[in-house]
Amino acid sequence: MAGRVEGKVAFITGAARGQGRSHAIRLAEEGADIIAVDIAEDIDSVRRFYPGATEADLAETVKQVEALDRRIVAAKADVRDYGALKQALDSGVAELGHVDIVSANAGIFVFGEPAQLVTEGDWQDVIDINLTGVWHTAKAVIPHLIEQATGGSIVLTSSTAGLKGFPGVSQYTASKHAVVGLMRTLALELAPHSIRVNSVHPTGVATDMILNEATFRLFLPDAENPSREQAAEVFATTNALPVPWVEPRDISNAVLFLASDEARYVTGVTLPVDAGFTIK
Amino acid sequence: MTGRVEGKVAFITGAARGQGRSHAIRLAEEGADIIAVDVCRDYPSVGYGMATEADLDQTVKAVEALDRRIVARQADVRDAAALKSAVDDGVAQLGRLDIVCANAGICTVQSWDEVTPQVWQDTLDTNLTGVWNTMVAAAPHLIAAGGGSIICTSSTAGIKGLPYLAPYVAAKHGVVGIAKTMANELAAHKIRVNTVHPTGVNTPMAEGLGGLETLLGRDPNLGPIFMNTLPVESVEARDISHAVLFLASDEAQYVTGLEFTVDAGNTIR
Repeated sequence: MAGRVEGKVAFITGAARGQGRSHAIRLAEEGADIIAVDIAEDIDSVRRFYPGATEADLAETVKQVEALDRRIVAAKADVRDYGALKQALDSGVAELGHVDIVSANAGIFVFGEPAQLVTEGDWQDVIDINLTGVWHTAKAVIPHLIEQATGGSIVLTSSTAGLKGFPGVSQYTASKHAVVGLMRTLALELAPHSIRVNSVHPTGVATDMILNEATFRLFLPDAENPSREQAAEVFATTNALPVPWVEPRDISNAVLFLASDEARYVTGVTLPVDAGFTIK
Repeated sequence: MTGRVEGKVAFITGAARGQGRSHAIRLAEEGADIIAVDVCRDYPSVGYGMATEADLDQTVKAVEALDRRIVARQADVRDAAALKSAVDDGVAQLGRLDIVCANAGICTVQSWDEVTPQVWQDTLDTNLTGVWNTMVAAAPHLIAAGGGSIICTSSTAGIKGLPYLAPYVAAKHGVVGIAKTMANELAAHKIRVNTVHPTGVNTPMAEGLGGLETLLGRDPNLGPIFMNTLPVESVEARDISHAVLFLASDEAQYVTGLEFTVDAGNTIR
Protein backbone atom coordinates (compact mmCIF):
# COMPACT_ATOMS: atom_id res chain seq x y z
CA MET A 1 0.00 0.00 0.00
CA ALA A 2 1.40 3.39 -1.00
CA GLY A 3 2.11 5.81 1.82
CA ARG A 4 -0.18 8.76 2.37
CA VAL A 5 2.49 11.24 1.21
CA GLU A 6 4.39 8.84 -1.03
CA GLY A 7 6.87 10.52 -3.33
CA LYS A 8 6.53 13.97 -1.75
CA VAL A 9 9.34 16.00 -0.19
CA ALA A 10 8.82 17.82 3.10
CA PHE A 11 10.81 20.82 4.36
CA ILE A 12 10.82 20.93 8.17
CA THR A 13 12.34 23.58 10.43
CA GLY A 14 13.31 22.79 14.00
CA ALA A 15 13.72 19.18 12.95
CA ALA A 16 16.48 18.11 15.35
CA ARG A 17 14.17 16.93 18.10
CA GLY A 18 10.69 17.24 19.62
CA GLN A 19 7.78 17.88 17.28
CA GLY A 20 10.02 18.60 14.28
CA ARG A 21 11.76 15.24 14.49
CA SER A 22 8.43 13.52 15.02
CA HIS A 23 7.01 15.21 11.90
CA ALA A 24 10.05 14.08 9.90
CA ILE A 25 9.60 10.49 11.02
CA ARG A 26 5.82 10.40 10.57
CA LEU A 27 6.00 11.88 7.07
CA ALA A 28 8.88 9.56 6.16
CA GLU A 29 6.86 6.58 7.42
CA GLU A 30 4.22 7.55 4.87
CA GLY A 31 6.68 7.85 2.02
CA ALA A 32 8.09 11.39 2.06
CA ASP A 33 11.71 12.46 1.74
CA ILE A 34 12.83 15.17 4.14
CA ILE A 35 14.73 18.45 4.07
CA ALA A 36 15.54 19.13 7.72
CA VAL A 37 16.98 22.26 9.29
CA ASP A 38 17.66 23.23 12.87
CA ILE A 39 19.76 25.87 14.61
CA ALA A 40 21.27 23.00 16.63
CA GLU A 41 22.65 25.46 19.16
CA ASP A 42 21.70 27.03 22.47
CA ILE A 43 19.94 30.39 22.25
CA ASP A 44 21.06 32.80 24.99
CA SER A 45 17.61 33.98 26.05
CA VAL A 46 16.25 30.43 26.15
CA ARG A 47 19.08 28.74 28.05
CA ARG A 48 17.61 29.57 31.45
CA PHE A 49 14.44 27.63 30.52
CA TYR A 50 15.73 24.59 28.63
CA PRO A 51 18.78 23.65 26.54
CA GLY A 52 18.72 24.00 22.77
CA ALA A 53 18.86 21.11 20.32
CA THR A 54 22.30 19.91 19.31
CA GLU A 55 24.02 18.69 16.17
CA ALA A 56 23.83 15.20 17.67
CA ASP A 57 20.04 15.60 17.88
CA LEU A 58 19.87 16.55 14.21
CA ALA A 59 22.07 13.57 13.34
CA GLU A 60 19.64 11.34 15.23
CA THR A 61 16.73 12.65 13.11
CA VAL A 62 18.76 11.83 10.00
CA LYS A 63 19.42 8.35 11.30
CA GLN A 64 15.77 7.69 12.08
CA VAL A 65 14.53 8.89 8.70
CA GLU A 66 17.16 6.83 6.90
CA ALA A 67 16.14 3.80 8.93
CA LEU A 68 12.76 4.15 7.20
CA ASP A 69 14.49 3.95 3.81
CA ARG A 70 13.71 7.54 2.98
CA ARG A 71 16.20 10.19 1.94
CA ILE A 72 16.96 13.19 4.13
CA VAL A 73 19.06 16.29 3.55
CA ALA A 74 19.85 17.98 6.86
CA ALA A 75 21.51 21.32 7.47
CA LYS A 76 22.33 23.47 10.44
CA ALA A 77 20.49 26.73 9.82
CA ASP A 78 18.88 29.45 11.91
CA VAL A 79 15.38 30.47 10.78
CA ARG A 80 16.34 34.06 11.67
CA ASP A 81 18.98 33.97 8.92
CA TYR A 82 16.99 34.09 5.70
CA GLY A 83 20.05 33.57 3.50
CA ALA A 84 21.16 30.47 5.36
CA LEU A 85 17.64 29.06 5.45
CA LYS A 86 17.12 29.62 1.73
CA GLN A 87 20.46 28.03 0.94
CA ALA A 88 19.62 24.96 3.04
CA LEU A 89 16.26 24.61 1.31
CA ASP A 90 17.65 25.19 -2.18
CA SER A 91 20.35 22.56 -1.63
CA GLY A 92 17.74 20.10 -0.41
CA VAL A 93 15.50 20.74 -3.41
CA ALA A 94 18.49 20.37 -5.75
CA GLU A 95 19.24 16.99 -4.23
CA LEU A 96 15.71 15.63 -3.74
CA GLY A 97 14.16 17.14 -6.85
CA HIS A 98 11.23 19.13 -5.49
CA VAL A 99 9.43 20.26 -2.34
CA ASP A 100 5.72 19.72 -1.66
CA ILE A 101 5.16 19.96 2.06
CA VAL A 102 6.37 22.61 4.49
CA SER A 103 6.32 22.35 8.25
CA ALA A 104 7.30 25.72 9.75
CA ASN A 105 7.86 24.28 13.18
CA ALA A 106 10.96 25.91 14.71
CA GLY A 107 10.08 27.88 17.81
CA ILE A 108 11.09 28.84 21.31
CA PHE A 109 9.04 29.14 24.48
CA VAL A 110 10.02 31.70 27.09
CA PHE A 111 7.83 33.27 29.71
CA GLY A 112 7.59 34.35 33.30
CA GLU A 113 7.10 38.12 33.42
CA PRO A 114 4.13 40.38 32.82
CA ALA A 115 4.48 42.17 29.48
CA GLN A 116 5.87 45.41 30.91
CA LEU A 117 8.82 43.58 32.46
CA VAL A 118 9.84 41.58 29.38
CA THR A 119 13.23 42.81 28.18
CA GLU A 120 13.57 44.04 24.64
CA GLY A 121 16.08 41.31 23.87
CA ASP A 122 13.83 38.51 25.10
CA TRP A 123 10.89 39.95 23.19
CA GLN A 124 12.90 40.24 20.01
CA ASP A 125 14.26 36.68 20.08
CA VAL A 126 10.77 35.21 20.33
CA ILE A 127 9.35 37.39 17.55
CA ASP A 128 12.41 36.79 15.36
CA ILE A 129 12.26 32.99 15.69
CA ASN A 130 8.55 32.21 16.13
CA LEU A 131 7.17 34.77 13.68
CA THR A 132 9.86 36.13 11.36
CA GLY A 133 11.37 32.64 11.13
CA VAL A 134 8.03 31.29 9.91
CA TRP A 135 7.79 34.09 7.36
CA HIS A 136 11.36 33.36 6.24
CA THR A 137 10.43 29.71 5.81
CA ALA A 138 7.42 30.62 3.69
CA LYS A 139 9.38 33.23 1.73
CA ALA A 140 12.08 30.70 0.86
CA VAL A 141 9.73 27.91 -0.17
CA ILE A 142 6.87 29.66 -1.96
CA PRO A 143 8.85 30.36 -5.18
CA HIS A 144 9.64 26.64 -5.43
CA LEU A 145 5.98 25.68 -4.93
CA ILE A 146 4.72 28.20 -7.47
CA GLU A 147 7.34 27.27 -10.04
CA GLN A 148 6.59 23.56 -9.69
CA ALA A 149 2.89 24.32 -10.31
CA THR A 150 1.82 21.14 -8.54
CA GLY A 151 0.19 22.77 -5.51
CA GLY A 152 1.56 22.12 -2.06
CA SER A 153 0.74 22.18 1.63
CA ILE A 154 2.22 24.57 4.17
CA VAL A 155 1.59 23.84 7.85
CA LEU A 156 2.54 26.51 10.37
CA THR A 157 3.02 25.47 13.97
CA SER A 158 1.11 27.85 16.19
CA SER A 159 -0.18 26.95 19.65
CA THR A 160 -3.19 27.21 21.91
CA ALA A 161 -1.39 30.49 22.66
CA GLY A 162 -2.24 31.42 19.06
CA LEU A 163 -5.93 31.34 19.94
CA LYS A 164 -6.09 32.41 23.59
CA GLY A 165 -4.24 34.87 25.83
CA PHE A 166 -1.80 33.62 28.46
CA PRO A 167 -0.78 35.85 31.36
CA GLY A 168 2.98 35.93 31.75
CA VAL A 169 3.60 34.64 28.25
CA SER A 170 3.04 37.81 26.22
CA GLN A 171 5.87 37.51 23.71
CA TYR A 172 5.15 33.87 22.85
CA THR A 173 1.38 34.48 22.69
CA ALA A 174 1.86 37.50 20.43
CA SER A 175 4.14 35.53 18.11
CA LYS A 176 1.77 32.56 17.88
CA HIS A 177 -1.29 34.77 17.23
CA ALA A 178 0.67 36.52 14.49
CA VAL A 179 1.41 33.18 12.87
CA VAL A 180 -2.38 32.76 12.43
CA GLY A 181 -2.60 36.10 10.64
CA LEU A 182 0.25 35.10 8.37
CA MET A 183 -1.38 31.72 7.72
CA ARG A 184 -4.72 33.27 6.77
CA THR A 185 -3.10 35.78 4.44
CA LEU A 186 -0.86 33.17 2.80
CA ALA A 187 -3.89 30.90 2.31
CA LEU A 188 -5.54 33.66 0.28
CA GLU A 189 -2.40 34.68 -1.62
CA LEU A 190 -1.50 31.11 -2.57
CA ALA A 191 -4.92 29.56 -3.25
CA PRO A 192 -4.81 30.43 -6.97
CA HIS A 193 -1.74 28.17 -7.13
CA SER A 194 -3.60 25.36 -5.29
CA ILE A 195 -1.17 25.78 -2.41
CA ARG A 196 -2.89 25.23 0.91
CA VAL A 197 -1.86 26.88 4.17
CA ASN A 198 -3.06 25.80 7.61
CA SER A 199 -1.91 26.08 11.21
CA VAL A 200 -1.81 23.53 14.02
CA HIS A 201 -2.40 24.50 17.64
CA PRO A 202 -1.03 22.02 20.14
CA THR A 203 -1.75 22.10 23.84
CA GLY A 204 1.29 21.17 25.94
CA VAL A 205 3.38 18.55 24.14
CA ALA A 206 5.70 16.15 25.93
CA THR A 207 8.98 17.62 24.64
CA ASP A 208 12.02 19.26 26.22
CA MET A 209 10.34 22.63 25.69
CA ILE A 210 7.55 21.80 28.13
CA LEU A 211 8.87 19.02 30.36
CA ASN A 212 11.34 21.14 32.31
CA GLU A 213 11.40 22.66 35.75
CA ALA A 214 11.02 26.23 34.53
CA THR A 215 7.75 25.39 32.76
CA PHE A 216 6.52 23.33 35.72
CA ARG A 217 7.08 26.39 37.89
CA LEU A 218 4.95 28.53 35.56
CA PHE A 219 2.04 26.23 36.40
CA LEU A 220 3.03 25.72 40.04
CA PRO A 221 4.38 29.11 41.11
CA ASP A 222 4.38 28.23 44.81
CA ALA A 223 6.16 24.88 44.61
CA GLU A 224 9.86 24.77 45.53
CA ASN A 225 10.89 21.94 43.22
CA PRO A 226 7.82 21.03 41.18
CA SER A 227 7.89 17.42 40.00
CA ARG A 228 6.64 16.06 36.71
CA GLU A 229 3.80 14.33 38.57
CA GLN A 230 2.70 17.54 40.30
CA ALA A 231 2.86 19.38 37.00
CA ALA A 232 0.83 16.69 35.26
CA GLU A 233 -2.03 17.22 37.70
CA VAL A 234 -2.15 20.94 37.05
CA PHE A 235 -1.67 20.59 33.28
CA ALA A 236 -4.59 18.14 33.16
CA THR A 237 -6.95 20.73 34.62
CA THR A 238 -6.31 23.00 31.62
CA ASN A 239 -7.51 20.44 29.04
CA ALA A 240 -11.06 19.18 28.51
CA LEU A 241 -9.95 15.61 27.79
CA PRO A 242 -8.43 13.87 30.80
CA VAL A 243 -4.73 14.16 29.81
CA PRO A 244 -1.97 16.48 31.02
CA TRP A 245 -0.22 16.87 27.68
CA VAL A 246 -0.09 15.14 24.32
CA GLU A 247 2.71 13.37 22.44
CA PRO A 248 4.63 14.82 19.47
CA ARG A 249 3.15 12.07 17.31
CA ASP A 250 -0.36 13.41 17.93
CA ILE A 251 0.67 16.67 16.31
CA SER A 252 2.46 14.79 13.53
CA ASN A 253 -0.73 12.91 12.67
CA ALA A 254 -2.51 16.23 12.16
CA VAL A 255 0.41 17.57 10.10
CA LEU A 256 0.34 14.38 8.02
CA PHE A 257 -3.37 14.76 7.31
CA LEU A 258 -2.97 18.39 6.27
CA ALA A 259 0.11 17.53 4.19
CA SER A 260 -1.60 14.71 2.32
CA ASP A 261 -3.94 14.91 -0.67
CA GLU A 262 -6.72 13.72 1.65
CA ALA A 263 -6.88 17.38 2.69
CA ARG A 264 -6.69 18.78 -0.84
CA TYR A 265 -9.55 21.21 -0.18
CA VAL A 266 -8.59 22.10 3.39
CA THR A 267 -7.02 25.53 3.64
CA GLY A 268 -7.09 28.38 6.14
CA VAL A 269 -7.87 26.07 9.06
CA THR A 270 -6.63 26.63 12.60
CA LEU A 271 -6.46 22.98 13.68
CA PRO A 272 -6.23 22.55 17.45
CA VAL A 273 -4.65 19.35 18.71
CA ASP A 274 -5.26 20.54 22.19
CA ALA A 275 -7.34 17.97 24.09
CA GLY A 276 -10.08 20.61 24.19
CA PHE A 277 -7.94 23.34 25.79
CA THR A 278 -9.44 26.11 23.68
CA ILE A 279 -13.11 25.13 24.13
CA LYS A 280 -13.03 25.36 27.89
CA MET B 1 -1.46 -3.13 7.22
CA THR B 2 -4.40 -2.59 9.58
CA GLY B 3 -6.97 0.01 8.71
CA ARG B 4 -7.04 3.38 10.38
CA VAL B 5 -10.32 2.58 12.19
CA GLU B 6 -9.91 -1.20 12.30
CA GLY B 7 -12.33 -2.95 14.61
CA LYS B 8 -14.39 0.15 15.33
CA VAL B 9 -18.13 0.52 14.71
CA ALA B 10 -19.56 3.68 13.16
CA PHE B 11 -23.15 4.93 13.34
CA ILE B 12 -24.05 7.10 10.35
CA THR B 13 -27.28 9.00 9.73
CA GLY B 14 -28.34 9.95 6.22
CA ALA B 15 -26.30 7.00 4.99
CA ALA B 16 -28.35 6.04 1.93
CA ARG B 17 -26.45 8.27 -0.50
CA GLY B 18 -24.27 11.37 -0.84
CA GLN B 19 -21.86 12.19 1.98
CA GLY B 20 -23.37 9.61 4.33
CA ARG B 21 -22.78 6.75 1.94
CA SER B 22 -19.31 8.03 1.19
CA HIS B 23 -18.49 8.12 4.94
CA ALA B 24 -19.78 4.54 5.31
CA ILE B 25 -17.55 3.34 2.48
CA ARG B 26 -14.45 5.30 3.54
CA LEU B 27 -14.72 4.10 7.15
CA ALA B 28 -15.39 0.53 6.02
CA GLU B 29 -12.33 0.68 3.73
CA GLU B 30 -10.30 1.41 6.85
CA GLY B 31 -11.77 -1.45 8.84
CA ALA B 32 -14.96 -0.19 10.50
CA ASP B 33 -18.34 -1.90 10.66
CA ILE B 34 -21.33 0.33 10.03
CA ILE B 35 -24.73 1.07 11.53
CA ALA B 36 -26.58 2.99 8.81
CA VAL B 37 -29.87 4.84 9.00
CA ASP B 38 -31.75 6.99 6.53
CA VAL B 39 -35.32 8.28 6.37
CA CYS B 40 -35.63 6.99 2.77
CA ARG B 41 -38.68 9.15 2.23
CA ASP B 42 -39.49 12.40 0.44
CA TYR B 43 -40.38 15.49 2.47
CA PRO B 44 -43.28 17.53 1.03
CA SER B 45 -41.34 20.69 1.93
CA VAL B 46 -38.16 19.70 0.07
CA GLY B 47 -38.02 20.33 -3.65
CA TYR B 48 -35.61 17.59 -4.61
CA GLY B 49 -36.08 13.85 -4.37
CA MET B 50 -34.72 12.39 -1.14
CA ALA B 51 -32.91 9.09 -0.80
CA THR B 52 -34.81 5.84 -1.32
CA GLU B 53 -34.69 2.36 0.17
CA ALA B 54 -32.91 1.29 -3.00
CA ASP B 55 -30.22 3.88 -2.23
CA LEU B 56 -29.80 2.49 1.28
CA ASP B 57 -29.54 -1.03 -0.19
CA GLN B 58 -26.78 0.27 -2.44
CA THR B 59 -24.85 1.51 0.61
CA VAL B 60 -25.26 -1.90 2.22
CA LYS B 61 -23.89 -3.61 -0.90
CA ALA B 62 -20.93 -1.24 -1.13
CA VAL B 63 -19.94 -1.82 2.52
CA GLU B 64 -20.41 -5.59 2.27
CA ALA B 65 -18.25 -5.61 -0.87
CA LEU B 66 -15.46 -4.36 1.42
CA ASP B 67 -15.97 -7.37 3.68
CA ARG B 68 -17.29 -5.27 6.50
CA ARG B 69 -20.55 -5.79 8.35
CA ILE B 70 -23.39 -3.29 8.12
CA VAL B 71 -26.72 -3.02 9.91
CA ALA B 72 -29.03 -0.72 7.96
CA ARG B 73 -32.40 0.55 9.01
CA GLN B 74 -34.94 3.03 7.75
CA ALA B 75 -35.25 5.64 10.49
CA ASP B 76 -36.05 9.33 10.73
CA VAL B 77 -33.65 11.43 12.82
CA ARG B 78 -36.65 13.50 13.95
CA ASP B 79 -38.00 10.42 15.71
CA ALA B 80 -35.82 10.01 18.79
CA ALA B 81 -37.33 6.66 19.76
CA ALA B 82 -36.85 5.14 16.30
CA LEU B 83 -33.30 6.41 16.20
CA LYS B 84 -32.49 5.01 19.62
CA SER B 85 -33.94 1.65 18.65
CA ALA B 86 -31.84 1.62 15.45
CA VAL B 87 -28.60 2.37 17.35
CA ASP B 88 -29.40 -0.07 20.13
CA ASP B 89 -30.12 -2.85 17.62
CA GLY B 90 -26.98 -2.07 15.65
CA VAL B 91 -24.83 -2.13 18.76
CA ALA B 92 -26.46 -5.39 19.86
CA GLN B 93 -25.50 -6.95 16.53
CA LEU B 94 -22.05 -5.41 16.05
CA GLY B 95 -20.98 -5.42 19.66
CA ARG B 96 -19.94 -1.81 20.32
CA LEU B 97 -19.98 1.78 19.12
CA ASP B 98 -16.97 4.07 18.62
CA ILE B 99 -17.79 6.58 15.89
CA VAL B 100 -20.88 8.68 15.22
CA CYS B 101 -21.52 10.67 12.04
CA ALA B 102 -24.51 12.93 12.55
CA ASN B 103 -24.80 13.62 8.86
CA ALA B 104 -28.51 13.56 7.89
CA GLY B 105 -29.71 16.89 6.61
CA ILE B 106 -31.97 18.71 4.20
CA CYS B 107 -31.63 22.03 2.45
CA THR B 108 -34.04 24.37 0.74
CA VAL B 109 -33.32 27.64 -1.05
CA GLN B 110 -35.59 30.65 -0.69
CA SER B 111 -35.48 34.28 0.38
CA TRP B 112 -36.40 35.05 3.98
CA ASP B 113 -39.98 36.06 3.11
CA GLU B 114 -40.52 32.80 1.26
CA VAL B 115 -39.61 30.59 4.24
CA THR B 116 -42.81 28.79 5.20
CA PRO B 117 -43.40 27.65 8.78
CA GLN B 118 -43.21 24.07 7.49
CA VAL B 119 -39.82 24.56 5.82
CA TRP B 120 -38.48 26.25 8.95
CA GLN B 121 -39.73 23.45 11.18
CA ASP B 122 -38.62 20.58 8.94
CA THR B 123 -35.13 22.05 8.54
CA LEU B 124 -34.61 22.72 12.24
CA ASP B 125 -36.15 19.37 13.21
CA THR B 126 -33.93 17.42 10.84
CA ASN B 127 -30.66 19.37 10.75
CA LEU B 128 -30.49 20.47 14.39
CA THR B 129 -32.83 18.36 16.53
CA GLY B 130 -31.86 15.33 14.41
CA VAL B 131 -28.21 15.85 15.32
CA TRP B 132 -29.17 16.20 18.96
CA ASN B 133 -31.29 13.03 18.82
CA THR B 134 -28.37 11.20 17.21
CA MET B 135 -25.97 12.27 19.95
CA VAL B 136 -28.37 11.43 22.74
CA ALA B 137 -29.07 7.99 21.30
CA ALA B 138 -25.39 7.22 20.72
CA ALA B 139 -23.57 8.79 23.69
CA PRO B 140 -24.46 6.07 26.24
CA HIS B 141 -22.88 3.45 23.97
CA LEU B 142 -19.72 5.56 23.59
CA ILE B 143 -19.51 6.02 27.34
CA ALA B 144 -19.87 2.25 27.71
CA ALA B 145 -17.07 1.75 25.19
CA GLY B 146 -14.76 4.03 27.21
CA GLY B 147 -14.50 6.77 24.60
CA GLY B 148 -15.32 7.65 21.03
CA SER B 149 -15.57 10.26 18.33
CA ILE B 150 -18.71 12.17 17.31
CA ILE B 151 -18.58 14.06 14.03
CA CYS B 152 -21.44 16.42 13.27
CA THR B 153 -21.92 17.61 9.73
CA SER B 154 -22.32 21.36 9.74
CA SER B 155 -21.52 23.52 6.71
CA THR B 156 -19.90 26.78 5.65
CA ALA B 157 -23.46 27.87 6.52
CA GLY B 158 -22.56 27.00 10.12
CA ILE B 159 -19.92 29.74 10.03
CA LYS B 160 -21.25 32.36 7.58
CA GLY B 161 -24.69 33.83 7.04
CA LEU B 162 -25.23 32.44 3.56
CA PRO B 163 -28.15 34.29 1.96
CA TYR B 164 -31.37 32.54 0.91
CA LEU B 165 -30.72 29.64 3.26
CA ALA B 166 -32.00 31.08 6.57
CA PRO B 167 -33.41 27.89 8.16
CA TYR B 168 -30.39 25.88 7.01
CA VAL B 169 -27.95 28.49 8.32
CA ALA B 170 -29.75 28.64 11.66
CA ALA B 171 -29.67 24.86 12.05
CA LYS B 172 -26.03 24.51 10.96
CA HIS B 173 -24.93 27.25 13.39
CA GLY B 174 -26.91 25.47 16.08
CA VAL B 175 -25.03 22.26 15.38
CA VAL B 176 -21.77 24.03 16.26
CA GLY B 177 -23.23 25.10 19.58
CA ILE B 178 -24.33 21.66 20.66
CA ALA B 179 -21.10 20.08 19.40
CA LYS B 180 -18.98 22.44 21.51
CA THR B 181 -21.15 21.94 24.56
CA MET B 182 -21.06 18.17 24.18
CA ALA B 183 -17.29 18.30 23.61
CA ASN B 184 -17.00 19.76 27.10
CA GLU B 185 -19.64 17.56 28.75
CA LEU B 186 -18.34 14.32 27.26
CA ALA B 187 -14.59 15.01 27.47
CA ALA B 188 -14.30 13.30 30.85
CA HIS B 189 -15.48 10.11 29.12
CA LYS B 190 -12.76 10.50 26.44
CA ILE B 191 -15.43 11.24 23.87
CA ARG B 192 -14.44 13.82 21.29
CA VAL B 193 -16.96 15.96 19.43
CA ASN B 194 -16.08 17.90 16.30
CA THR B 195 -17.94 19.49 13.38
CA VAL B 196 -17.06 19.38 9.69
CA HIS B 197 -17.93 22.31 7.46
CA PRO B 198 -18.05 21.44 3.77
CA THR B 199 -18.38 23.96 0.99
CA GLY B 200 -20.64 22.79 -1.84
CA VAL B 201 -20.32 19.02 -2.32
CA ASN B 202 -21.24 17.15 -5.51
CA THR B 203 -24.18 15.16 -4.16
CA PRO B 204 -27.85 14.67 -5.07
CA MET B 205 -28.75 17.28 -2.41
CA ALA B 206 -26.58 19.93 -4.03
CA GLU B 207 -27.91 19.06 -7.46
CA GLY B 208 -31.41 19.55 -6.10
CA LEU B 209 -30.73 23.09 -4.94
CA GLY B 210 -32.30 25.01 -7.78
CA GLY B 211 -33.12 28.67 -7.63
CA LEU B 212 -30.01 30.10 -6.03
CA GLU B 213 -28.77 31.78 -9.19
CA THR B 214 -32.12 33.45 -9.81
CA LEU B 215 -32.17 34.77 -6.26
CA LEU B 216 -28.58 36.00 -6.52
CA GLY B 217 -29.66 37.86 -9.64
CA ARG B 218 -31.68 40.13 -7.34
CA ASP B 219 -28.53 41.19 -5.49
CA PRO B 220 -25.33 40.29 -7.33
CA ASN B 221 -23.26 41.67 -4.42
CA LEU B 222 -24.14 38.51 -2.52
CA GLY B 223 -22.70 36.11 -5.10
CA PRO B 224 -19.08 36.15 -3.87
CA ILE B 225 -20.19 34.79 -0.47
CA PHE B 226 -20.52 31.41 -2.16
CA MET B 227 -17.12 31.54 -3.87
CA ASN B 228 -14.19 29.38 -2.77
CA THR B 229 -10.57 30.48 -2.42
CA LEU B 230 -9.00 27.46 -4.06
CA PRO B 231 -9.75 27.25 -7.78
CA VAL B 232 -12.56 24.70 -7.51
CA GLU B 233 -16.34 25.23 -7.52
CA SER B 234 -17.28 22.27 -5.39
CA VAL B 235 -15.66 19.27 -3.73
CA GLU B 236 -16.41 15.55 -3.73
CA ALA B 237 -18.12 13.62 -0.94
CA ARG B 238 -14.91 11.64 -0.48
CA ASP B 239 -13.02 14.81 0.47
CA ILE B 240 -15.37 15.21 3.42
CA SER B 241 -15.03 11.51 4.24
CA HIS B 242 -11.25 11.87 4.50
CA ALA B 243 -11.73 14.54 7.17
CA VAL B 244 -14.36 12.42 8.93
CA LEU B 245 -11.97 9.46 8.88
CA PHE B 246 -9.18 11.55 10.42
CA LEU B 247 -11.46 12.80 13.19
CA ALA B 248 -12.86 9.30 13.74
CA SER B 249 -9.45 7.66 14.02
CA ASP B 250 -7.07 7.55 16.97
CA GLU B 251 -4.77 9.82 14.96
CA ALA B 252 -7.04 12.58 16.23
CA GLN B 253 -7.24 11.26 19.79
CA TYR B 254 -6.66 14.76 21.22
CA VAL B 255 -8.68 16.72 18.68
CA THR B 256 -12.00 17.93 20.09
CA GLY B 257 -14.23 20.97 19.76
CA LEU B 258 -12.86 21.75 16.32
CA GLU B 259 -14.80 23.41 13.52
CA PHE B 260 -13.09 21.59 10.68
CA THR B 261 -13.65 23.38 7.39
CA VAL B 262 -13.29 21.31 4.24
CA ASP B 263 -14.35 24.26 2.19
CA ALA B 264 -11.64 25.09 -0.34
CA GLY B 265 -11.10 28.27 1.67
CA ASN B 266 -14.70 29.50 1.37
CA THR B 267 -14.84 30.85 4.93
CA ILE B 268 -11.49 32.67 4.89
CA ARG B 269 -12.30 34.99 2.01
